[in-house]
Amino acid sequence: MFDMISPQLVFGQLLIGLINGSFYAMLSMGLAIIFGLMNVVNFAHGAQYMLGAFAAWVLLNYLGVPYWPALFIVPVVVALFGILLERLVLKPLQNLDHLYGLLATYAVALIVEGLVRQRYGSTGLPYGSPIPGGVNLGFMFLPYYRLWVVVFSIVTCLGTWLLIEHTKLGAYLRAANERPDIVESFGINVPRMVTLTYGLGVGLAALSGVLAAPVYQVSPSMGSSIMIVIFAVVVIGGMGSIIGAIATGYMLGILEAMTKIIYPAGASTVIFVFMILALIIRPNGLFAGAGKS
Amino acid sequence: MNIRLLWFVLLAVILIAAPFFTYPVTLMTILCFVIFACSFNLLLGYTGLLCFGHAMFFGGAAYITGYILKTTHISLELALLGGVGAASLLGLLVGWISLRRSGIQFAMITFAIAQFIYFIMLQLPFTGGEDGMQGIPRTKLFGLLDASTSLEFYYVVLAITALSVALFYRIVHSPFGEILKAIRDNEPRVESLGFKPERYKLVAFVLSAGMAGLAGGLKATVYQFATLTDVSFPISSEVILMTLLGGLGTLTGPMVGAGLIILLNDYLSSFGEWALISQGVILLIVIIFFRRGLVGELNALMWKMRTRAGSKGSASTELASGSPGE
Amino acid sequence: MNFEKALPAPALGRTVLSVENLSAWYAESKALHGMSFDVREGELLTLIGRNGAGKTTTLRSIMGIVRKRTGSIKFNGDELIGRRVYEVARKGIGYCPEERAIFSSLSVKENLTLPPILQKGGMSDEELFKTFPNLLSRAGSQGTKLSGGEQQMLAIARILRNGSRFLLLDEPSEGLAPVVVKEIAEIILRLKAQGFTIILVEQNLRFARRVADRHVIVEHGKVVDILSTAELEADMDRVQTYLGV
Repeated sequence: MFDMISPQLVFGQLLIGLINGSFYAMLSMGLAIIFGLMNVVNFAHGAQYMLGAFAAWVLLNYLGVPYWPALFIVPVVVALFGILLERLVLKPLQNLDHLYGLLATYAVALIVEGLVRQRYGSTGLPYGSPIPGGVNLGFMFLPYYRLWVVVFSIVTCLGTWLLIEHTKLGAYLRAANERPDIVESFGINVPRMVTLTYGLGVGLAALSGVLAAPVYQVSPSMGSSIMIVIFAVVVIGGMGSIIGAIATGYMLGILEAMTKIIYPAGASTVIFVFMILALIIRPNGLFAGAGKS
Repeated sequence: MNIRLLWFVLLAVILIAAPFFTYPVTLMTILCFVIFACSFNLLLGYTGLLCFGHAMFFGGAAYITGYILKTTHISLELALLGGVGAASLLGLLVGWISLRRSGIQFAMITFAIAQFIYFIMLQLPFTGGEDGMQGIPRTKLFGLLDASTSLEFYYVVLAITALSVALFYRIVHSPFGEILKAIRDNEPRVESLGFKPERYKLVAFVLSAGMAGLAGGLKATVYQFATLTDVSFPISSEVILMTLLGGLGTLTGPMVGAGLIILLNDYLSSFGEWALISQGVILLIVIIFFRRGLVGELNALMWKMRTRAGSKGSASTELASGSPGE
Repeated sequence: MNFEKALPAPALGRTVLSVENLSAWYAESKALHGMSFDVREGELLTLIGRNGAGKTTTLRSIMGIVRKRTGSIKFNGDELIGRRVYEVARKGIGYCPEERAIFSSLSVKENLTLPPILQKGGMSDEELFKTFPNLLSRAGSQGTKLSGGEQQMLAIARILRNGSRFLLLDEPSEGLAPVVVKEIAEIILRLKAQGFTIILVEQNLRFARRVADRHVIVEHGKVVDILSTAELEADMDRVQTYLGV
């Protein structure tokens, strides 16, 4: 079996795994940040990611705004919608069982995805690569844009992690994850911090969406199909752990890719098998202790 | 007591006469989802467990029942029992894995396992994959009764539904049911009283899975096909919506919710995405404004009216057993 | 222990906090039943009573952490009920909770410097470390790796950063060795000497008697009596019944 697998195939698949893993990492990280502080699973995360991709597409095709400005504009705009959502829907629900917040974000996801599908149909829309072409490394062909995706996601994840673990702002967030009431008793406007943190998570999702547009097709269901994996990632990594989300995201992306090489039929289910095993062995998540469980 | 009996009789009359006024298939779909909603209510409303992948039992049993019928032509009730058995077994496995956690994590784990089941069903040959399992025969009930027309089959489904609801009622009003409610309200307390909550939760989970399996198997025989949709997340979320819309924690709420959502889906089926969009809107409105659900709000209203009137001996017209928010 | 800033202690008498008919609820259960008492500027007032009497609830109600309240809480004339917790803090009230709430995902230094400097007189990083030098040596450790006594020091030092002159201290001596309790008592006395106004919740009557001017006896969420230290000592038997098991 192994002599039929060419290095081209292996490295090609690995690259795909790394790309997928990059998106898994960034999206799970955003979800973990939101969950860590608010204890709400942002079911709208996939829809916000999809909105990011669609916004980039709309900007390009209706306003002629290309990829690079879109990379800055779109996350801010979608984050503003996220902030609106938090103020109007999530804040009033914050004192109830957190499952209501989860279901509310799910409802928003349904509405957003339905509206987008109603307007643009179910088939994917193309988005051209902003840096076409690539470099032939001999053992594989590396498209420039794919390289950009991997580098950008690593930088984003690292940057966010540094922000949270080593800055004053991050200290506020970490403390509020544990005891928001005490942090507020120091005179810090915690409600506003919650709103802005949700906005940050949403902005990260939208940013991932813009990044994803040239890679995957821009389609209304791109959010819900990736959410399934993201949830598995977050459950495995430990629900509020940033490091857990990042590491598990990349790990699962590569695991998926490797399975595709060795046992293609199992590629779509390997993540869930891994999740079930991880839950049996480490019910708190692989990186528990580094965040909420 | 008299008024209650009157409501019962009225309901029975309506249900028996209904297929002469509207499409039997729609009615049968509602009945299947009534059973499904009851199974979900047992878990969420009465034990406090939010399962995010209940479709895996519903759809899984649909496939199993369909497969049994297609390959063996065994009598109907045995095939349904096969579906129930398969769903219960799956419930045991899933419960064993997922009940290690609670709350949101339990919900997420059931979600992920359900997706796993979905992908497995997609790939297994016997399900027919994307095309689905078609041509499921409607065999004779008990090997004797031939109920092949929609009208005749409606009464079969009605009878099964009535039995299921009666069973649900019995479970909820038994000592076992009381312990489940106690676990929902204060699990540590239950443990301190000497009970093992894990065992009760697992039993409830298996019962719920089996009942969901009955609903799924029944649906497969109503439509005579089973598809991937039956085992997909939209079905799981639909039953959550039905329960919330009807009233979390009430007995009849989820059943009412089931009827309403099926009718809504039916009405909006020609409007493309608006069925899902309106489900989202309804869910949002219910969560923000009407958390007690239709039946819950009705109960609360009647409670208020009764305490204001101060009447003591009048018959209770509650739709759910017990006081609001039981 | 040196307190570099020796501010003059103002004259006693002006009422800083006025609690009137305060009732408070945790969800549906009523915890405080119409508490009324005053706190004068510069004094140290203790709330004493047994477990569950409502002492901690009173502090949390003043801060606004317990939200469901009726009655009135006036701080320098401003009504506190209805305000958010951070607004109450910014008015100049500092809260040191019973459980200390040292954040485990923060280092000692991060814990100490978390509160922002809100008023003049709020200690800067260097001032705090000079005042509490044993915290400096542990600055990089994880907050919860400190001993109980050190964590209590950290908790008190932390609230001095805001610059608030009105402090709510919830059972600072709880669970600590007598030697450490003595140190804490000294810190509190020094704060008092500098003109801080303090409400102290205590079950340790000896500790309370050493530091306080007046004592509010709380039982079942109500104020049973308010005594000066002298009156307290004269009536110890009766007071003990309110603290008894």
